[in-house]
Amino acid sequence: MKLKTQEVEHIAKLARLGLTEDEKKKFQDQISSILGYVEKLQKVDTKNVEPTAQVTGLINAIREDEVEACDKETMKKLVDVAPMKKDNLVKTKAIFE
Amino acid sequence: MKKLLNTLTIKEAHKGLVSKKFSSVDLTKACLDQIKSLDKKINAFITVTEDLALEQAKKVDKKIKSGGKLKPLEGIPMALKDNILVKDAKCTAGSKILENYIASYDATVVKKLKEAGAVILGKTNLDEFAMGSSTESSYFGSTKNPIDTKKVPGGSSGGSVAAVASDMCFYALGSETGGSVRQPASLCGVIGMKPSYGRVSRYGLMAMASSLDQISPTTKTVEDLRMVLDCIMGVDKKDSTTVDLKEEKPKKKSIKGMKIGVPKEYFIKGMDKEVEKRVREGIKKLEKLGAKMVDISLPHTEYALAVYYIVMPSEVSSNLSRYDGIRYGFTTVSKAKNLMDVYFETRRQGFGDEARRRIMLGTYALSSGYYDAYYKKAQQVRTLIKNDFDKAFTKVDCIVTPTSPTVAWDIGEKFDDPLTMYLSDIYTVSANIAGIPGISVPCGEAHNLPVGLQLLGKQFDEETILNVASEYEEYK
Repeated sequence: MKLKTQEVEHIAKLARLGLTEDEKKKFQDQISSILGYVEKLQKVDTKNVEPTAQVTGLINAIREDEVEACDKETMKKLVDVAPMKKDNLVKTKAIFE
Repeated sequence: MKKLLNTLTIKEAHKGLVSKKFSSVDLTKACLDQIKSLDKKINAFITVTEDLALEQAKKVDKKIKSGGKLKPLEGIPMALKDNILVKDAKCTAGSKILENYIASYDATVVKKLKEAGAVILGKTNLDEFAMGSSTESSYFGSTKNPIDTKKVPGGSSGGSVAAVASDMCFYALGSETGGSVRQPASLCGVIGMKPSYGRVSRYGLMAMASSLDQISPTTKTVEDLRMVLDCIMGVDKKDSTTVDLKEEKPKKKSIKGMKIGVPKEYFIKGMDKEVEKRVREGIKKLEKLGAKMVDISLPHTEYALAVYYIVMPSEVSSNLSRYDGIRYGFTTVSKAKNLMDVYFETRRQGFGDEARRRIMLGTYALSSGYYDAYYKKAQQVRTLIKNDFDKAFTKVDCIVTPTSPTVAWDIGEKFDDPLTMYLSDIYTVSANIAGIPGISVPCGEAHNLPVGLQLLGKQFDEETILNVASEYEEYK
């Protein structure tokens, strides 16, 4: 199974990943070979088999949605790690253009 | 000859502290000296937290002086994989995208370790975001195998395991998604254990594949490992997948009379002949200790790696979407034209090849029209793999296998061939898929490099494999 170039571009776009032309070719080959390997799963009969999403057997693990206080210093540190900020807010590019 | 302090086990170091033969600062300095003299060559550490370590050690020494009773890990220096958060310390995940990220809180395991008086020496190297089997994909350079520095240490927790194997610390925590502690432990000749999924809280562990990830310790002896596991395990409100096991203290079960399964699917073509010999000898040793070997079959074993390479990247693609260049980490925001541009360029420059490969693979598997054929199919086969184990454990107490099909390979050998690299996890991924515990213990050498023997246990039955491993280790 070989991915088409357009498919690689489409996946990269969905995943918000920039790729150079060389990288497109490289990932196309590598991802195709991995998809070729996992193809073997199609041989397994899974009729009436329930999918397993997690293995703990826990159902609806819930807790109170309580707000934990955060001190001023931590708050400042959280904003300080942001690449762009204004006052105590994280700044980004406009969402609407 | 007097043993150097940093070469002691946790138990020996604890005894020495209690009898005041040496102090926690002595132990800490011995480890820091070892790091200084050796780590230029090994590259096990990304960050050394010398000040934090000495401050913690002094606190313990003060307690010893005032006659306080020491807990088992109190005053013992250790290291943490650099995807586990320590408040106010850098946490990079081995990635450029988090090169300068400072953690704002302690992971639950770190909170527990601090309460237990642990001395934190620093943060260890890993494959970028724990994605890899050789610790070569780290943005901070590859870690070398301490036994032979031309070889890889395995991965992704190569830094943690190499640090233990070269006596830079007494023990370390890594994380596992498909064998990332057991496999390097096998390649470096130390103990590594993945507890059952749900045993140890992942709060403060950077998420890779959430249905598989588990924090996993590595130590010099099985006895030490038990102490570390006792400290870090337990239910945590902040990780809703942890299980509250109000279990009665399990009965100590001797290996004598125990039934141990040998799955035929784990001794296959392609496995190194010398490695197989060492593992077979290890199995003989278990027999001599009084265990009865039972031939078993885990028929879906050959599909485990394929399941893994669908489930894991799918979850990765979702978990890594948070690294967007806006709230923290590396960014191209100041040079970008618009928001979309920020995402594309930040993630192109910030992530390495393996991370991008897995994000793309997962995005593809989850994309519209492919979900049923990939993710759902893989989850169904996952059920069959889990059923195989459930069935086997009705007949045997635990299972013995090789940990890795080969010994450590040359640095660079498999780096450009992802699929070959992935095959090195073939014996370890099943435990993550089924959520069961597994431990790797050294079982001799092949080609002058360490070989590991793997024991797999029933879900939440760490006790049995720890007992078997411990008796195995003591048998001469």
